[in-house]
Amino acid sequence: MTVVHPNLDETKAKISARDVSVFYGEKKAIDGVSIDIPTEYVTAFIGPSGCGKSTFLRTLNRMNDTIASARVEGEIMLDGEDIYRSKMDVVQLRARVGMVFQKPNPFPKSIYENVAYGPRIHGFAESKQDLDAIVEKSLQRAGLWNEVKDRLSDSGTALSGGQQQRLCIARAIAVDPEVILMDEPCSALDPIATAKIEELIAELHGRYAIVIVTHSMQQAARVSQRTAFFHLGKMVEYGRTTDIFTNPLEERTKDYITGRYG
Amino acid sequence: MSMAVLLLLAIGLGLAGWLAARARAWSFRRSGTERLAALPSYHGWYVALWIVVPVLIFIMIWSAIEPGLVLQSVLANPAAANLPAFDFQRNALLAEARNVATGAAAAVYNPAAQPLIEPFRNALAEYLWIGAIGTLLIGFAGGTWAFLKVKPDFAARTKVERIVMAMLLLASLVAILTTLGIVASLVFETVRFFGMVSPIDFLFGLHWGPDPMANAANPDPTRYGALPLFWGTIFIGAIIAMIVAIPLGLMSAIYLTQYAHPTWRKWLKPLLEILAGVPTVVYGYFAALTVAPWIRDVAQAVGITNASSESALAAGLVMGVMIIPFVSSMADDSIAAVPQAMRDGSLAMGATKSETIRKVLVPAALPGIVGGVMLAISRAIGETMIVVMAAGATANLTVNPLETMTTVTYQIVAMLTGEGSFDHPATLSAFALGFVLFLVTLALNIIALRVVKRFREAYE
Repeated sequence: MTVVHPNLDETKAKISARDVSVFYGEKKAIDGVSIDIPTEYVTAFIGPSGCGKSTFLRTLNRMNDTIASARVEGEIMLDGEDIYRSKMDVVQLRARVGMVFQKPNPFPKSIYENVAYGPRIHGFAESKQDLDAIVEKSLQRAGLWNEVKDRLSDSGTALSGGQQQRLCIARAIAVDPEVILMDEPCSALDPIATAKIEELIAELHGRYAIVIVTHSMQQAARVSQRTAFFHLGKMVEYGRTTDIFTNPLEERTKDYITGRYG
Repeated sequence: MSMAVLLLLAIGLGLAGWLAARARAWSFRRSGTERLAALPSYHGWYVALWIVVPVLIFIMIWSAIEPGLVLQSVLANPAAANLPAFDFQRNALLAEARNVATGAAAAVYNPAAQPLIEPFRNALAEYLWIGAIGTLLIGFAGGTWAFLKVKPDFAARTKVERIVMAMLLLASLVAILTTLGIVASLVFETVRFFGMVSPIDFLFGLHWGPDPMANAANPDPTRYGALPLFWGTIFIGAIIAMIVAIPLGLMSAIYLTQYAHPTWRKWLKPLLEILAGVPTVVYGYFAALTVAPWIRDVAQAVGITNASSESALAAGLVMGVMIIPFVSSMADDSIAAVPQAMRDGSLAMGATKSETIRKVLVPAALPGIVGGVMLAISRAIGETMIVVMAAGATANLTVNPLETMTTVTYQIVAMLTGEGSFDHPATLSAFALGFVLFLVTLALNIIALRVVKRFREAYE
């Protein structure tokens, strides 16, 4: 059903999904997706609106749990552990698998408090100095430190859209996750802010496993090394980004990337 | 009676004008090739409004001057020559005769009024005719003037809409002017009161005990210290009631928005809001007959022997329960208004539900919650029935909630319904109390609305 390019050379899957289906009530939103997401690469999910790519992304840190009618079938392993097993601690899971949303959603708190939020609830910092260090390191990694270091007590919501999104990335980084999920992180941003986020993804790549959902095929081509194409709730094709864009094996993939629909 | 006749006349004229103008507009449409600038019914409305509005204005003025004219003509009658000179008796006789003449009373009680009935009857009939003729004349004049304007290219629609707008404006002005009138009358009486008792004594005096029987010309300012009343009001309405209402209201809002199953929420929320619809006098019974004795018994059981059966605690507790729905529905709205993205953001960081509520949702919703609490306080300190029934009448400057205590609203009721004459400072003190209460609740409402408004803007 899914065409997986044979030339993948992943050593180890960070996340591996097996035959995952997601239902919203009676409606099947995701139908039997299996994929191995590597640690060392940026993986992009592309596909037309409503194809289920965001839904699938949200199953990877169980954010779908917040939707009462959502139900997940199949198996999703993080480092070999099933994240949907009953003993799984969702709090721990989400500390390991961070998420950045479509619209920047900083808390209506100070910049400092936004970044310190995660370390505080997970008890990462023993002292104020520890916390300061975590905040500074996270903001630096998110490329925001130089812009905000003199106004850490300003409200996070007072920043520009692009800065807010980098603040959200810093917030996610602050809990030292292993995977960062990004759900169309640039769709609410202008091209300059988008370019900054893309640079940031390139810098973070390698340190964290990154999965990005995007509407823009150019963006997928620029930032990712692996691409999965979703269509109508199914994963149609998965492979190296270069192969997907230059040499798709499936007719539907080819139609989509050449702009015939979507 | 005569008013009803005139009003019916106005409506009849208006209807006739409406039909005539509409028929005329239709005839243009049928005969002419030109497009009408407005629908025929707009022409009808234009004419009808031109008839009814001037006529109504005339009737209003007429109803104000007509009784005077009738009286004048009755007094001019020789039968009125031997009326007593003393105003009070004279007016009583005239009123009796008038009532019989209009049919409001069957017969006179005082035979001296008997000869006046006939002149009254004649005068009333005469002025009814004059009024009716005036109505007809004005109606015809307005109607003719408007009817002559009915032409195919006449923009009746814009004109009618402008008149309607003016009427809507007038309607909203009535409410505003009434409020201003209330304030003005309060201010007027308050100034009179402060002419007798100095504002310093009133606002800062520690003893409240106006004596409505004392000499009005020389009031004892030490009896008009309202501080115990202000304290009682704040203690019952803003302290005890809020200690009950804020935690309960907030927690119920959190439960309803965050934990309750949608079906539960659908039932619980309206049930909670029913609390707001219970008449306060019913809460008053409950406070006085159930809660207050219970508190006294409990207090006695733990060894407090002097507990009173009317206590600030009873009134405050019940008042707190009464305003739970205010706090909870405002808190509910503001928590629900925090964007889902905020909740997701927190949950995605690995925060638990309760951490998300405590650290993100409640802080984000805080301005709305504060606004709700302030509205609730202003409601609580203006509340009257519960304190009348449960808190007692003794002004008492104490922090012991088991003692009887009185509030501003209670004393307003007590002073106005007391036996003092209307210009006695004891009675007038009610207006000063009302004025202070009005200023305080107004300030609270303005602050609350500001806070809530700023909060609404934050997420738009």
